[in-house]
Amino acid sequence: MTDLLKIEDLIVEYKTRRGAARGVDRISLKLQKNKTLGLAGESGCGKSTLGRAIINLVPHPGKILSGNIILNLDEDVPYEGGIISTGEVNIPYLGEKEMRALRGKEIAYIFQDPMTSLNPMVSIGSHYVETIQAHEPDVEKEEALERGSKMLESLGILAERIKDYPHQFSGGMRQRVMVGLGLVLKPTLLIADEPTTSLDVVVEAQILREMAELKEKFNLTMILITHNLGVLAQTADSIAVVYCGRVAELASTEALFEAPKHPYTQALLQSVPDVTKPDKKLTWIPGAPPDLTHLVPGCVYNPRCPHAMEICRSVQPPLIEVDDSSLVACHLYGG
Amino acid sequence: MGLIEFKRVKKYFPIQRGFLESIFTKEKTFVRAVDDVSFSIAKGEVLGLVGESGSGKTTTGRLCVRLIAPTDGQILYEGKDIAKLHGKDLRLIRRRLQFTFQDPTSSLNPRMSIGNAIADAMRLQGIGTSDERKARTEEILERVGLSPVSTFYNRLPHQLSGGQKQRVVFARATILNPEFVVTDEPVAMVDVSIKAQILELMMDLKKEFDLTYLFITHDLATARHVCDRIAVMYLGRIVEVADRNRIYDDPLHPYSVGLMKAIPVPNPKVKSEAVLQGEIPSPIDPPTGCRFHPRCPKAFARCPVEEPELTDVGEDRQVACHLYS
Repeated sequence: MTDLLKIEDLIVEYKTRRGAARGVDRISLKLQKNKTLGLAGESGCGKSTLGRAIINLVPHPGKILSGNIILNLDEDVPYEGGIISTGEVNIPYLGEKEMRALRGKEIAYIFQDPMTSLNPMVSIGSHYVETIQAHEPDVEKEEALERGSKMLESLGILAERIKDYPHQFSGGMRQRVMVGLGLVLKPTLLIADEPTTSLDVVVEAQILREMAELKEKFNLTMILITHNLGVLAQTADSIAVVYCGRVAELASTEALFEAPKHPYTQALLQSVPDVTKPDKKLTWIPGAPPDLTHLVPGCVYNPRCPHAMEICRSVQPPLIEVDDSSLVACHLYGG
Repeated sequence: MGLIEFKRVKKYFPIQRGFLESIFTKEKTFVRAVDDVSFSIAKGEVLGLVGESGSGKTTTGRLCVRLIAPTDGQILYEGKDIAKLHGKDLRLIRRRLQFTFQDPTSSLNPRMSIGNAIADAMRLQGIGTSDERKARTEEILERVGLSPVSTFYNRLPHQLSGGQKQRVVFARATILNPEFVVTDEPVAMVDVSIKAQILELMMDLKKEFDLTYLFITHDLATARHVCDRIAVMYLGRIVEVADRNRIYDDPLHPYSVGLMKAIPVPNPKVKSEAVLQGEIPSPIDPPTGCRFHPRCPKAFARCPVEEPELTDVGEDRQVACHLYS
């Protein structure tokens, strides 16, 4: 199996007045073609920062400090003034022009809030025309609109609604428009950041199903960022549980839900209500995620961990392979 | 008899129109947010009100505590109609009915210390002297787990985490010793890891103050964990009411079935399904007959013509669907 994306020792740092906060702290991940990787964790754990780093759009004052994000291209990508040739490219080392060619065309990103991601002053059609022409300037407006309407149709929106404006759509429809905008250039990698968080269950289930169908159709590889473990259980092939910018556990979805290994994963799963288990005793994680500018030494989870040992307070556990399907960063599992 | 009982309650919000339009068209248009809703909540019960956005859940909740007056129908509280109360009578009844809003941040005045925000509820009702109010506020802060009280009393909302703000909101709702609390999406804004903490606080307060809850949520999994009975709302109407286990294990109304199937279960072996097509229509001009018929996989000839009534189908459950009448 080829890896579409390899992240190696990535560090993303936010410089703040109170000191540097690492939104991503030495994360290494691999993503196989046509798979869905889920990123889970509490708010502020670095899920979105990691996603944004992949398109090299970490919000100010964040910066990729070191590490590699290697994307494997299977075709040449032309850009203003050159061509990025087939093969591996290292994203943090690309220039802005090259990056602009990759964004949208190779890597699409669906942002969290469908309400603010669309421009209220222009029609849905113009959004599609702009997106398509930015990457394929030779495409005529009519053809771009045609492609846009086809995209909308495959997402269950009537083709003629391409003339409408964002305010004429409901939240679910706007999110569909966003998904369509992300996919209209047939990217290879789709990063979806909380794509269904503001939606009702029925619409959420519809959009997740449509995304799964389009993933098949376009041979997509996906990174799904969400705090909703239920959504991940339904859609992801593997899941990385992120805590304080570090991967606590990386496992296949089955393994993660069947036998979570890291105490943080266990606690997180224990806090999620499960409609099929009404008598499940819900618990919560004591304390709050720490201030990223002042991290404790050793394992970052140790102040909240019920199994914390002496070693956890001094030595940071490495992410090691515990069995075929899981990698865990915890002293309970050797190392 | 329930503690609170809705009898054919309606709430229509008129739509504002331009001056010219109002001259040329006589007919007024309304958003039918709550349209002919009847239910009752027994003392000590937790009734869950679930449904998609725009189904009228929050409006129903606001009617329960008389934040708004119904257009038509009766709201019985301990057998007495509170639908038309106003002035002093309304203020007195409101002591016993409380409401917590979805977003704890916008529920708290950013410039008022949380101690004062909580004590204000007593001041507005004219209860106690300022020292007594302070003592009582400290007591309740302690009770909701915001200790040391002396430091929390003077904090401003921005110095608290989301979970702590939600505790302040619950402290303020219970300081007047209410009997009935409507809580609107109390855990929608807090992180997964502390959801259970807020739910437990709610249940502890219920025990301590002998509360009855109307729990409004779109999170069906959470509803199953905390409610005794669940009412499913769709487009201003209640389509099914049943015991929390029956409605999940054996939903009757096609809409309830679709809702239950769509829940993303945190277990990769239980697949969720999107059986319902389309989205909730506008409550301005709802579909004729059964409002759910355009999306219903089981609709037949009678559905677009005749509106089904919420009827008893045994086992203490009610369904509004022609399939069961």
